[in-house]
Amino acid sequence: MGDDADPGEMSCAQLVELVTDFLDGTLDPDTSDRFEEHLRICDGCDTYIEQFRRTIDTLGSLPEAGLPEDARDALLNAFRDWPR
Amino acid sequence: MGIEAGEGEQPFPPDSELVARLRGRDETAFVLMVGSWSGGLLRLARHFVSTNDSAAEVVQDTWLAVIHGLDSFEGRSSLKTWVCRILVNTAKRRGVREGRTIPWSSLPVAQDQGPTVDPARFLGPESEDPGHWRVFPQPWPMPSPEQEAVAKETRAVVEEALTHLPDRQRIVITLRDVEGYNAEEVCSILELSAANQRVLLHRARAFVRGRLEEYFAGAKAAADGG
Ligand SMILES: [Zn+2]
Repeated sequence: MGDDADPGEMSCAQLVELVTDFLDGTLDPDTSDRFEEHLRICDGCDTYIEQFRRTIDTLGSLPEAGLPEDARDALLNAFRDWPR
Repeated sequence: MGIEAGEGEQPFPPDSELVARLRGRDETAFVLMVGSWSGGLLRLARHFVSTNDSAAEVVQDTWLAVIHGLDSFEGRSSLKTWVCRILVNTAKRRGVREGRTIPWSSLPVAQDQGPTVDPARFLGPESEDPGHWRVFPQPWPMPSPEQEAVAKETRAVVEEALTHLPDRQRIVITLRDVEGYNAEEVCSILELSAANQRVLLHRARAFVRGRLEEYFAGAKAAADGG
């Protein structure tokens, strides 16, 4: 990643691109340290991550449709008819 | 007899038990599996094909392929991931017939590159603290249990945001965040590299977050304005 800033410090603009890696635990140890270091002092990024998590939670709560009943019945018949 | 997904909290059997029961032609197990997984499969199928009917047919064909293939399932992935891979392959073929091909191999393309947050939100190189937020993101109101209406609206915003995503981003975020597969499973289902999975997922999440941010800012402005 092309860093023109001090490699020791992560900027907010850099951090927001790494949130998915951070949440998946796939940052390398050094980047992970700098990420957490930044989070400790930056309320803006803390809020950003909080909102990212909330976004993910909302995605996980979307309602699902189901198969129409006749389709389910047809499948059950196919299952019954499948030879052992 | 309830076979809708999410009806009651039936304990879902572990793979080893489920597969054994299915191979023994246990209809209850089959009904439970179809009832629990078809909703997610339908949602996913819809991203590959042109109509809801077409998506339902893809799901139907997938379950038929699962019945036929049960005895050859080797358990190298979870049963659900295996079913999902069959669905994706079925849906891809169907999509091609409908003239909808999704170029999985050509990455990255323009829409998958560049910053995921508007660079104008950060201080520029002329400042003392380049790359720092100009203005912090505004915290969103906390959801409270009695505000089911708000939660419903929030879900509608997210649902709508998904429709604006490029196909690949939409499919990856659906698998990861809506359906809850892990990164490794998504890579195996879509035959994606870990890096591409990450790029697509991150962009998609950032976009959906941005839509929610606009929604909450608009709701606040409306409330403040009277
Ligand atoms: Zn920050």
